[in-house]
Amino acid sequence: MKKPELLVTPTSVSHIHDLASAGADAIIIGEQRYGLRLAGEFRRDDIVEAVKIARQYGINVYVAMNAIFHNDKVDELGDYVRFLADTGVDAIVFGDPAVLMTVREVAPHMKLHWNTETTATNWYACNYWGRKGAKRAVLARELNMDAIIEIKEHAEVEIEVQVHGMTCMFQSKRSLIGNYFEYQGKVMEIERRKYDKGMFLHDKERDNKYPIFEDENGTHIMSPNDICIIDELTEMVDAGIDCFKIDGVLHAPDYITEVTKKYRRAIDLCAENRGQYEKEKDQLLAEIEAIQPKHRPLDTGFFFKETVY
Amino acid sequence: MLLKNDNISEIINGKRVITKKPELLAPAGNLEKLKVAVHYGADAVFIGGQEYGLRSNADNFTLEEIAEGVRFANQYGAKIYVTTNIYAHNENIPGLDNYLKGLQEAGVHGIIVADPLIIETARRVAPKLEVHLSTQQSLTNWKAVQFWKEEGLERVVLARETSAEEIREIKEKVDIEIEAFIHGAMCIAYSGRCVLSNHMTARDSNRGGCCQSCRWDYDLYKLDGGKEIPLFDEKDAPFAMSPKDLNLIQSIPKMIELGIDSLKIEGRMKSIHYVATVVSVYRKVIDAYCADPDNFVIRKEWLEELDKCANRDTAPAFFEGVPGYKEQMYGVHSKKTTYEFAGLVLDYDKETKMVTLQQRNFFKPGDEVEFFGPEIENFTQVVETIWDEDGNELDAARHPLQIVKFKVDREVFPYNMMRKEN
Repeated sequence: MKKPELLVTPTSVSHIHDLASAGADAIIIGEQRYGLRLAGEFRRDDIVEAVKIARQYGINVYVAMNAIFHNDKVDELGDYVRFLADTGVDAIVFGDPAVLMTVREVAPHMKLHWNTETTATNWYACNYWGRKGAKRAVLARELNMDAIIEIKEHAEVEIEVQVHGMTCMFQSKRSLIGNYFEYQGKVMEIERRKYDKGMFLHDKERDNKYPIFEDENGTHIMSPNDICIIDELTEMVDAGIDCFKIDGVLHAPDYITEVTKKYRRAIDLCAENRGQYEKEKDQLLAEIEAIQPKHRPLDTGFFFKETVY
Repeated sequence: MLLKNDNISEIINGKRVITKKPELLAPAGNLEKLKVAVHYGADAVFIGGQEYGLRSNADNFTLEEIAEGVRFANQYGAKIYVTTNIYAHNENIPGLDNYLKGLQEAGVHGIIVADPLIIETARRVAPKLEVHLSTQQSLTNWKAVQFWKEEGLERVVLARETSAEEIREIKEKVDIEIEAFIHGAMCIAYSGRCVLSNHMTARDSNRGGCCQSCRWDYDLYKLDGGKEIPLFDEKDAPFAMSPKDLNLIQSIPKMIELGIDSLKIEGRMKSIHYVATVVSVYRKVIDAYCADPDNFVIRKEWLEELDKCANRDTAPAFFEGVPGYKEQMYGVHSKKTTYEFAGLVLDYDKETKMVTLQQRNFFKPGDEVEFFGPEIENFTQVVETIWDEDGNELDAARHPLQIVKFKVDREVFPYNMMRKEN
């Protein structure tokens, strides 16, 4: 049976060795100048190095260019795309059509993955971006299992689904943490805020804690729980979903490596030895629960949830 | 720098006049609001149908009401656009063809769309509809605008995060109609990139279920070695993402000079009083500027008039720069309006100076009220004796929608409104 690719997020160049050894099939890297909410910051030299390492292990390298670009960056997109093509990365991840246009102009053979995070919500839209040049669509995290399977049934492009980690709930261009500090008169703290990854918003009514951080792309607010569906992979493996992503943003490298190992085992068993998967899956979930940071409860995201409107 | 687009003005009789007047685009949550918006000077109105729009809590229009709205707008030469700007899920696909065909048959001029599913379906089944790209796509650069032009769209609504300078460059590089927001409440997130509602209340924000979690209060903490350190003092207002409402009245001249094609007021959930007030003010600003741009000044009474229906503080947001903390709201997320809508004029008898008015809020003899409308200059009046329809004297106009009569010194016209200070 076809196995979905296991895509993970290294935090640094050296972390790629650990992840490849843990069983990753692909990594997504990049820098905040072009990509959104990455686990690590990979400048051009790092990308060159990452591709070399990835080749040793035979894994794919995808580079994130899924930021929302304003005019000021449009002119430099071509140079970056050309660099990525020359470096031999396997695909570029985009959301903004400006990237698609640029790739058509300067590197028409480069593979494209469409990922706006929130707007890939139906199979028609996935195929639309496929007709425009994307080889893969990364589905919105707010879909349930039935919707994901239905999209896959109709999809003319590869389908990627996030199976683990936190998700983004909100992106603003505004400097919301900095603004709040200024409002409070705490100007001193603003200098450091961009590097401070430990901040969260407490929602008293729901007793939820939402991680919040700022970077070049603005302010990001993240989900209060980490998705974990290591014990619920069967339907998607059977449907032929092309890629499972573990998003390690705001997590420690060792945690990401361990989670990668567990999913490697889960995917292999699910595809090759279904009986053993059924026996082991609760244990795999328990092993992840055991290493889960205490402020990050696990849940199943929207996979088994209905939303209304 | 001065932002001037050479194609928008001409010298006529030695005086520069603006020949490319932007469209004033107003919101309407129901048929009555649509009629008010058009009557008060909107060149176009955007409305929501029963499905595929982003305000599932609004009244929204049936197809029959849309057709009636189009007929009404046609009498004034105004256009009707329908918001069909959800990000659809698979389950929303059945029914879309018929819905779009229905809009075309109703005579709708265009639709405002975010999802490529709806763009391409409209092209296929309802090709007479203009397709405008919704702000839900968060369009922020000229190259993305170029992409949508090549896809055949007639117009794009830019992200609210674009500045005047960015819009100038987009206008210069791409020949497509640009629509930009000028007034009203707005997302503080990039539109389409916020799913707070989905997570907090299981309501899908990108299908009209937004519960405005960004207007709620949160406490900001920092994790430090497992300890949670509060980043606020007891006396501080809590953290919130809440933006002040957009208000670009001062920037209208610059927007006209940039050649922006459509100036959009937000607020399908707002009252007819709000729609009438905001539309009439911007109508006056646009007309005055276009008639004589080089001697134009913003009049104080226009600013005061806008304030009369404001339920939040306002700011110019990204158009004029990067908004800081003063353009957000902490602690308080709305305020009471200074005026309330008291009545809608149905008729006026010039002989007897008697107005026939539909009551919309309590008023009584002795109250000072203000009348406004497109045919008149605002004036105030003290209410004297009030009668009901049958000529019985009333101690007050107590009942919503009650028809009452009383004397008004100056002539007023149907659809004129009466407001009262709170």
